[in-house]
Amino acid sequence: MSAVLPPPTGVFDEMLLDARTPRPAYGTYHQWLANVAEKELRAKRSEAELLFQRVGITFAVYGEEEGAERLIPFDFVPRIIPSAEWRLLETGLRQRVAALNAFLKDIYSEQAIIKAGIVPADNVMCNAQYQVAMQGIKLFRDIYAHIAGIDLIRHSDGNYYVLEDNLRVPSGVSYMLENRKMMMRLFPDLFADHRIAPVEHYPNLLLKTLRESSPVEDPTVVVLTPGRYNSAYFEHAFLAREMGVTLVEGQDLFIKHEKLFMRTTTGPRQVDVIYRRLDDAFLDPLAFRSDSMLGVPGLLSVYRAGNVILSNAIGTGVADDKSMYPHVPDMVRFYLGEEPILHNVPTWCLRKPEDLAYVDAHLAELVVKEVHGAGGYGMLVGPAATKKEVEHFRGLIRSNPQNYIAQPTLSLSTCPTLVDEGIAPRHIDLRPFVLSGKETRIVPGGLTRVALKKGSLVVNSSQGGGTKDTWVLMDDGVTDSKESAPC
Amino acid sequence: MLSRTASDLYWLSRYLERAENSARMLEVSHSMAMMPSGRTAEQELAAPLRVTGTVAEFWTEHTRLNFAELYKFLAWHPNHHASIYHCFRRARENAHAVRGRITAEMWETINATWIELNRMRNNPPDLKPFCDWVKERSHLWRGTAYGTLARGDAFHFLRLGTFLERADNSARLLGVKQFDDNDGNHSLRDYYQWTALLQALGALEAHQDAYGGRLDSSTVADMLILRSDAPRSLRACLEEINNILSQIRGPQGRRAKGIAMILLAQLQFGAIEELQKDGLPKFLDEFLLTIDNIGDEIRQSYFEAV
Repeated sequence: MSAVLPPPTGVFDEMLLDARTPRPAYGTYHQWLANVAEKELRAKRSEAELLFQRVGITFAVYGEEEGAERLIPFDFVPRIIPSAEWRLLETGLRQRVAALNAFLKDIYSEQAIIKAGIVPADNVMCNAQYQVAMQGIKLFRDIYAHIAGIDLIRHSDGNYYVLEDNLRVPSGVSYMLENRKMMMRLFPDLFADHRIAPVEHYPNLLLKTLRESSPVEDPTVVVLTPGRYNSAYFEHAFLAREMGVTLVEGQDLFIKHEKLFMRTTTGPRQVDVIYRRLDDAFLDPLAFRSDSMLGVPGLLSVYRAGNVILSNAIGTGVADDKSMYPHVPDMVRFYLGEEPILHNVPTWCLRKPEDLAYVDAHLAELVVKEVHGAGGYGMLVGPAATKKEVEHFRGLIRSNPQNYIAQPTLSLSTCPTLVDEGIAPRHIDLRPFVLSGKETRIVPGGLTRVALKKGSLVVNSSQGGGTKDTWVLMDDGVTDSKESAPC
Repeated sequence: MLSRTASDLYWLSRYLERAENSARMLEVSHSMAMMPSGRTAEQELAAPLRVTGTVAEFWTEHTRLNFAELYKFLAWHPNHHASIYHCFRRARENAHAVRGRITAEMWETINATWIELNRMRNNPPDLKPFCDWVKERSHLWRGTAYGTLARGDAFHFLRLGTFLERADNSARLLGVKQFDDNDGNHSLRDYYQWTALLQALGALEAHQDAYGGRLDSSTVADMLILRSDAPRSLRACLEEINNILSQIRGPQGRRAKGIAMILLAQLQFGAIEELQKDGLPKFLDEFLLTIDNIGDEIRQSYFEAV
């Protein structure tokens, strides 16, 4: 018998309605869990860890000894999403990403949204992520972010909110796929008892999307990695292998006559599409950071000449920047003429004096984030911080307010998770991946991240977060695997 | 295929092959050291160091040579080029760099080997079970590669590394025995040494099939140099190298192909009596130089291309 500990009051738990009753989507699973001994579950977990180690599903942690590899803790209690909920999320995700791509096209061409006074000009033009080099380039299909990861959370009111858009090089999809593989291996019976929407065709959809990003008829696609000491190297190699394309490093590429080639055993071979897992700043030492050893000198000029596609495009960071985030609902209205389906978390922009004053007065209740920060670094979670930390941040925001935004401390929903004290509630978020090509493609679900420390709201793997498998249950409304299957 | 990837695959399999050969060599020394002998154990034990060219390196770190030290040195030394531990580490590093290009099962095989090796390192097993384990992991890797990898250039460069390394290692092993054998007396001890050599090169059964009960320096040299029945003989290695080179796509590698073909012809049409007349040590030295040459040409035409 494995007892599931109830969540603290006022928190939305994904599994439990109250201490005893599961939500409908979890009915079968809850019953299964009640009949399994905790000892058996812990044994399964050790088995999973051994397998992950063996398969080498590891990530490197910055600041640790070079080459140090760690496992991302995996929790086998799945996050289950009922099909009706997923349908709504999926529609909202399509809408949001369409608006973000329209925004990127706009600000790198006519800038209608600035002229209309909806987004302040300095917010775009003075943004470090804004790339002048992109101004006036026409992109095939007008798509800038071919791959987007949208971070969602569920609040105690039961609604989903967008926490953050990731339009540069969103990562984590390999964990989504490996977690599913692991779950099917450890608990085959559960898959017979549930109708779980498949996700395994993601690499195929990704390849399709990348091929569609180029006007070339049969384009040569590569994955560009910073190399094997990068924290996400496993994912780069994984995706290259799953798609059957070449995994390259900057040193494998060179430019001749305004075209990009890779060095192969049969001589130079032209590259048409780069799925780059490298930040803008490192792509081309001639155009961006001159000390970058990871990119290709001259890449930008080839790109500007239209002879290679970068996926995602350069300069997408201006749209997922935290200072731009508050404007996304307006982008949906402006470009699509629709009301946003997915809501933003209320956000104070500290560059506005009235917002700064409010945040200064309520610092200990709020979450403060750096506008350009990522990975859970450089943020303050007011209620969890010491007095000293709060005062330290007060100094930071007062001296450089435009560098920060603040949000109410959200109560992220919880999902039961196997930890030392038993199966206890832990906070989670969700990152679905949205692929934009000839059409928009989303595999059901995404990556669920879980904060393993009791009460913690930080789910990032670099900060001790773990992951879970995400099940979208199918009913008649969710497309069957046959229809959503690739090719 | 990317030049860098081709190079990584080639070195990945060279290191694995070297690890297996070091294990095979340790096994021979082990059984030889247990034989009653007129010579000192130290002489016997120095052979693997000579084969791997690590004599000087060994003596800078040690003051005496006994079996335990030899085992530690050839199996667990962190960084000399023939130590099994070092070879596995380099092989795994190369595999990590190409894990997008090899199959998931191949990667898992080598990663699991590396993890297990590190677990063993704290409390090393006895030599014999360890050598068995190394050979087993090597077989497993080969089986996984043969059973899962597409027959394209990745496969070819992997095999190219294997056979170039094997040709080199087989010739070195043969060379050691030659030096020991210049008195011309075929004693019982020689019989055991030849047997051990055949065993190390996995050619004992093939030799029995070919020569029945006869066993002397000529039959053994013929078997291991000129015949192709034994998979680790020089000729067998050269046949593979020629095959593989002809299968790699593209116009590159003209010189490597030429040199390999001439060397193969020498083995195919040579007679053991002729080789013995000129002296086997001289032949083997030249053979090793030519193998080095082929390796250089391969590097220049495929790995440093463009």
